[in-house]
Amino acid sequence: MTALNLAAATQITHQPPRLMLAEPMLTMRGISKNFGDVKAVSDVDVTVYPGEVLGIVGESGSGKSTLLRMMNLEETPQAGSYHLALPGREDRDLFTLDRFERRSLRAQHIGIVYQNPHLGLLMGHTNSGNVAERLLIAGKRNFAELREQARQSLDASEFPVERMDATPRELSGGMQQRVQLAKAIALEPAVLLLDEPTTGLDVSVQALVLDTLKRLQRDRAITMVLVSHDLGVIRTMADRVMVMRRGKVVEQGLADQIFQDPQHAYTQQLVHAKL
Amino acid sequence: MKLQELTRPWAAFNYGFLDESAKREIRRRILKAIAVPGYQVPYASREVPMARGWGTGGLQVSLTLLKPTAVVKVIDQGADDSVNACSIRKFFGRVGGVIETQDTQEATIIQSRHRIPEEKLRGDQVLVLQVPDPEPLRTVQSDMSVAREMHGDADYGQLWLILYEQLVKSGRIMQYTEYPSLVNGRHVISPSPIPRWDVLKLNEADHLTILSAGREKRIYAVPPHTRVEPLVFDDVPYRVEDHQDKTCYRTNVTGFFMNELPQDDGSAKFELSDSHFGVKHMRKAEGEPVEIGDTWYKNGKMNR
Ligand SMILES: Nc1ncnc2c1ncn2[C@@H]1O[C@H](COP(=O)(O)OP(=O)(O)O)[C@@H](O)[C@H]1O
Ligand SMILES: [Mg+2]
Repeated sequence: MTALNLAAATQITHQPPRLMLAEPMLTMRGISKNFGDVKAVSDVDVTVYPGEVLGIVGESGSGKSTLLRMMNLEETPQAGSYHLALPGREDRDLFTLDRFERRSLRAQHIGIVYQNPHLGLLMGHTNSGNVAERLLIAGKRNFAELREQARQSLDASEFPVERMDATPRELSGGMQQRVQLAKAIALEPAVLLLDEPTTGLDVSVQALVLDTLKRLQRDRAITMVLVSHDLGVIRTMADRVMVMRRGKVVEQGLADQIFQDPQHAYTQQLVHAKL
Repeated sequence: MKLQELTRPWAAFNYGFLDESAKREIRRRILKAIAVPGYQVPYASREVPMARGWGTGGLQVSLTLLKPTAVVKVIDQGADDSVNACSIRKFFGRVGGVIETQDTQEATIIQSRHRIPEEKLRGDQVLVLQVPDPEPLRTVQSDMSVAREMHGDADYGQLWLILYEQLVKSGRIMQYTEYPSLVNGRHVISPSPIPRWDVLKLNEADHLTILSAGREKRIYAVPPHTRVEPLVFDDVPYRVEDHQDKTCYRTNVTGFFMNELPQDDGSAKFELSDSHFGVKHMRKAEGEPVEIGDTWYKNGKMNR
């Protein structure tokens, strides 16, 4: 039996976890995205269930960030569909939304944390302002409430609120990620997208940020998609794992299963390199 | 046939100074600006005998609107009698044969820098505002092509963010002129350097306002009966300059926008900023039969 067949067999025999019995929160089907000749993502399906953390792992250039940008509606694939289980929007392929609707949907229902804080934050503005802007875009217009919600969101990200009116420029990398996180969760998004959120941070700082993510996930049951090239990060966080290589999904399954019993040669290589 | 016979007789300049093709272009831009309230329409700003930055944008719009029966008033910082206002008004008289006036009530075209008259404008009057910087997003986005995209997306979060941060830092909003305002619920404009006092006069007005920036080559408009809403938080009311209880030392009139005149002893005197409005009050006090029009503000409060 080849590795792939075995993987399929294993999936069938495993009982799906309780969470997976619910309707999916995020469904992508047949996603392909090319940049010229580069097939960044080829025919990928993604399903994420409410309250779970899907980890996407793979070497650099395997298409993880591109996939996440499509989930954030920043980019449109050449093929494929995308649905989020939002009340009244379940049946709408989000790639068919116009620019205006995309912006508003993204502001209201999707949170994202980038590896590079410059992509997610306005460095010259205050930390609380960065969070407030998100609420402002969503149409909140009460100053006292904006202030309070920004404070709460920063607090939930375990950011020291006494520094809420400093600028991200004055912060360490770990703190900047907490501001991005606060901004991303400010409107309680349907799905929180994390693209290498701790890559480039000191190991000890990285552990603290992951701690925060775990706590948030436990307290609020936020549905997350976490992208990382670091198997350690994925192992700490993910309920289920998708392994990508050259724009394709080579293996997916429950985290324990992937780590203890990797089927695909590439995954085995990754896991063994890590251990 | 000689070429000479085909050409028009020599004249010093065309009626209204601008040639007809320039006027036609500007009229088209104005129509577009009226059709999409608050949207900045690019136009080919022409040379006029005045330096860019001194109101050439307003001048071109007014020149385009001129006709011999037009009655034109020009205001600079509220005054009709400043050198700049006088020379622009005289220019309209020379190149358009128009009637020059200082009286807001009489005017059909009012070109202004910094102020909107205190007397309400009517539907048959056009207000032309000279604009130095038309782009409200300039403070947050230096790349103008990106700024245009942001207008397209109605992406005004960062303008709100600036107001939020002013409130955080100073406890109040520090934007005094060019107060960003949402027109017709869609486009945010910079209403030129008029004070906050005057921004409210644009809202649901009877008259048409055309704003024009000569250097930046942009025309935008607030058509009659169009909503103009300064960006404000629900719990932090829009505040105009606190001139409501100031009294003009020349006319004894209270409740309008004032010029502050610092005195040697450190105190300040106030005079009506709308100079001809003041003149009318003085004439009336002397018994002349002067008719003072209905005003936007009454007893220092916006009349709505
Ligand atoms: N905007 C783009 N233009 C051209 N090629 C791109 C673009 N974004 C990504 N790619 C290419 O697509 C592939 C996948 O990139 P990416 O999604 O960033 O991978 P990962 O996040 O897994 O490192 C790479 O070959 C990359 O060079
Ligand atoms: Mg990447």
